[in-house]
Parts: sequence; C-alpha cells; structure tokens
Amino acid sequence: MPGLFIDVKVDPEVAKDPEAAAKLAEVCPVNIFRASESGVEVVESELDECVLCDLCLEVAPGKVEIVKLYEQK
Amino acid sequence: MRFYEYEAKALFARHGLPLGESRVVESAAAAREAFDAIGGPCVLKGQVLSGGRMKAGAVKFADTADEAAACFEAIMPVEVKGQKSRSVLVEKKSSIVQEYFAAVTWDGRAKQPVLVFSDMGGIDIEEVAETHPEHVSKTHFSSILPLSPRIAKEAIGATGVSGSDLNRLTPIIFELMQIFLRYDLTLAEINPIGKLENGRFVVLDGHVDLEAEARGLHGDLLEELGIGEDETRQARPPTDFEIAGARVNAVDHRGVAGNVVEFDGNLGLVIGAGGGSLTLFDAVRKHGGKPANYCEIGGNPSVSKAKELTKLILAKPGVERIAVMMNVVSNTRVDIVARGVIAGCIESGKDPSEAITIFRIPGAWEDEGFKILEKYGVEYCDRSVSMYEAAGRAVAKMGAPA
Repeated sequence: MPGLFIDVKVDPEVAKDPEAAAKLAEVCPVNIFRASESGVEVVESELDECVLCDLCLEVAPGKVEIVKLYEQK
Repeated sequence: MRFYEYEAKALFARHGLPLGESRVVESAAAAREAFDAIGGPCVLKGQVLSGGRMKAGAVKFADTADEAAACFEAIMPVEVKGQKSRSVLVEKKSSIVQEYFAAVTWDGRAKQPVLVFSDMGGIDIEEVAETHPEHVSKTHFSSILPLSPRIAKEAIGATGVSGSDLNRLTPIIFELMQIFLRYDLTLAEINPIGKLENGRFVVLDGHVDLEAEARGLHGDLLEELGIGEDETRQARPPTDFEIAGARVNAVDHRGVAGNVVEFDGNLGLVIGAGGGSLTLFDAVRKHGGKPANYCEIGGNPSVSKAKELTKLILAKPGVERIAVMMNVVSNTRVDIVARGVIAGCIESGKDPSEAITIFRIPGAWEDEGFKILEKYGVEYCDRSVSMYEAAGRAVAKMGAPA
C-alpha cells in the first residue's frame, strides 16, 4: 500500500536479491527498505518520510522507482 | 526554569551575599524546631514558583515556636495562583529601616543585560517606575567585556543613594550581576534588599530564572540544589496539552516539533524558525487573532513528527483551523512540513484546504512543497508575503465558516 505522498516500486528481480536488499537498506536514510535473506521489503509506514535523496536509485539503477503521488492527476 | 526562593538564596549564599539565618521545613514540628534554632521572631514563607504570596496569605510572622507551627499549618493549604507550597522557609525576622530593589535581566531590544535598581524596594517595580521614575535606574552592560563594580556603583548612585549605603550596596549588586552572567540566568532579582538598623544590608527575598537551554551547563549546581532532571520549573504546571506536545517532540530525534504552550484561542499555530514563533504569535494577536497555542518547529522535523503535532493541535477543543507559518528556512524542508501538516489534517478527519488557513514557509525545497499544497488545495505563499501579512490572512480566514 503506498503512502499518502510517496510510493516506491522495486523491480521483482532486485527485490529477491539479498545483496541488493542489503545495499538499499544501508543507503536509505529514513529506513524505507528492510533487508532479509529472501530480499528486500518496503516498509510502508515509512514511505512518506522519503527525502528524495535518490540514493536508492544510485545503488540499483533502473530497478527502483520513486513515485511522487502528489504529481499524479 | 524558575528557582524556589530557598534555592535562589542557596545560590546567593554560594557567592557570599548577606542572608538572614533560615531553614526549609516540611512539617509543623520542623517549623517549631527551626524557630527555636533561629531563636527569635521569624517570618515563614511558602515556597511556590509564582509571586503574590503575601496577598494570598502564604507569608506569615511568628513570635513564638507555637505560632511558627501554626503558621506552617496555615500556609501549606494556601494556593498561590493555583500552586500550593512545596515547603516553608523559616527565616529570622529582620528590623528593616529601608528596602531596595535590584534585578538583572535581559533587554531583548538592547541585546544586553540590564541592571534595574531602585531605592524603593519591596513593592512592584513597574509601579515605582511609573509613579517615581527618579527612584529607578536602568543600566545596560556588556555580557562579553569584563565587569566592573563601577557599573553597579553608578546604577545605585543614579537613584540618589550615597555615602556608606552606596559603598555597602555596591559589592552586593556587583555580585548579583556576576551571578547572572556566570549561571546563564534570565533573571536574578533581590526584592527587597533590606537595610538593617545597624546600617548593614540583608537579602530578604530572591528570584532566579535559569535559561532552560543552559540546564546542561549547570548540572552540578542543579544537583547541589536538589533540582531533578524532570522538573520543568515553569511558573505554572504544564497542561495535558503541553505534556502531550513534549511527548510528540521526544519520540523522534529529528528536528523540533513541540514546545507547545497552551492558550485559550481558536486558531492553532504550527510556527517556528529563527525567532519566527514569537514574531508570528505576536503578529496573529496584533491582527486580532486568538492563538490556541504557541509552539516551535524547526531543524527539519520528520513527516511523522509534524503530523503528530498537527493532530495534537487540531484535537484541542475549540480549534477548527491552523496556520502553518515560518520564517525563511534553510535547515527545514518545506515539502516535509507540508506532508506532515496535510497528513495530520487528513488523519484528524479534516480537509486540509479548509483546516489550514495559510501555509507560509518559504525556503528549502519550497517548489516541491508548493506542489503538494496545490494538490490538496491549501492556500500558500512564498517569501514575497511577509510573516505579518500571512498572519493577517490567517486571522481574516477565521471569520469565515470552516
């Protein structure tokens, strides 16, 4: 379920990759990603805290999408 | 944070100011013992953080030990501006021939400490300043340059005090100035300083306020005085609303969104930034608005923190709308605060476009913030609209139905 303002979409391939999951969890300053042995989980309660730093986009280029819901019509 | 009289006097005693013999007691039996130990007529004073003790009946005089015990019993139930005494100070009664006033506080306009002295002490200094201005001197001094007793001497002399009185008062007032600076006080007051029949002076009552932000610097002093870390020491106990505000602020380390002070108006305020809170609060009142609260936000609070603060304010009985206003911000993100207050409105069951009278936070990430506000139909403005004007718009909207 998305936040009120922000949604984050993770490519299923990356979502199941423990190494990528660990990187995403490490770089996100507001703990939107939680890493586990089976991959990455998006913590829905933290989505609206996203500070749009794009660090997740840098560690998983093309595999993570940040959606600004307030820009959608 | 305010000190009780006995704590203020303990601080003064540390620095050698002349004090009458006294004891703090917490029972009638202890009051009796204190009277006997002091040996003679005593004054008993309830220890509360607000003024007006004498008028309320929390100051009494005893000529015998039995009277001292009876005075204790009479003082403890008395409420002084809603507060009961924590304990009673039993102090030797002095034979006073004249009373003086001395206080050091901050002059916000001059941006310097100011020493206020009067040779008409014991009564309201504002009243003296109005009716006998020649008996009140105000002397500013530097908080950076070395202090000189000359400053105190000139301030005292300006009220007509001379001779041995001037010479004896000068070191007392000079020490008060040094105490004010050394302990980061916002007020160091002696009222009255009594002149005894033998020509000596004694501190009869003292008021000390410590800057709350300086608590950490003076932990040793507070420990010595027995002031607990959880004691807020405001002039009145915090309300449930204020306690809840402190809780919102404490939950998350990111930024500040709390420090609320409750008022009885209908316009909730989410305000802050570099003195912006005080400016905006005053501006709302200047426009005829009735603030429901004062608060401080800044330092880039998280979305959840801004949200919880908004929910708290909107939940206050009588509050239908809020104004979200700050000075120009560089270390707080406009979009983050916008998200927080809008989410707070929605979770409170209110339409943000109606609940938020005005959103005036210019600064970092404002373009992103304005997109969010537009999406939810919230009226906003940038730095081309002054804080004063924004406050006026908020107050004007309060006249319209929510």
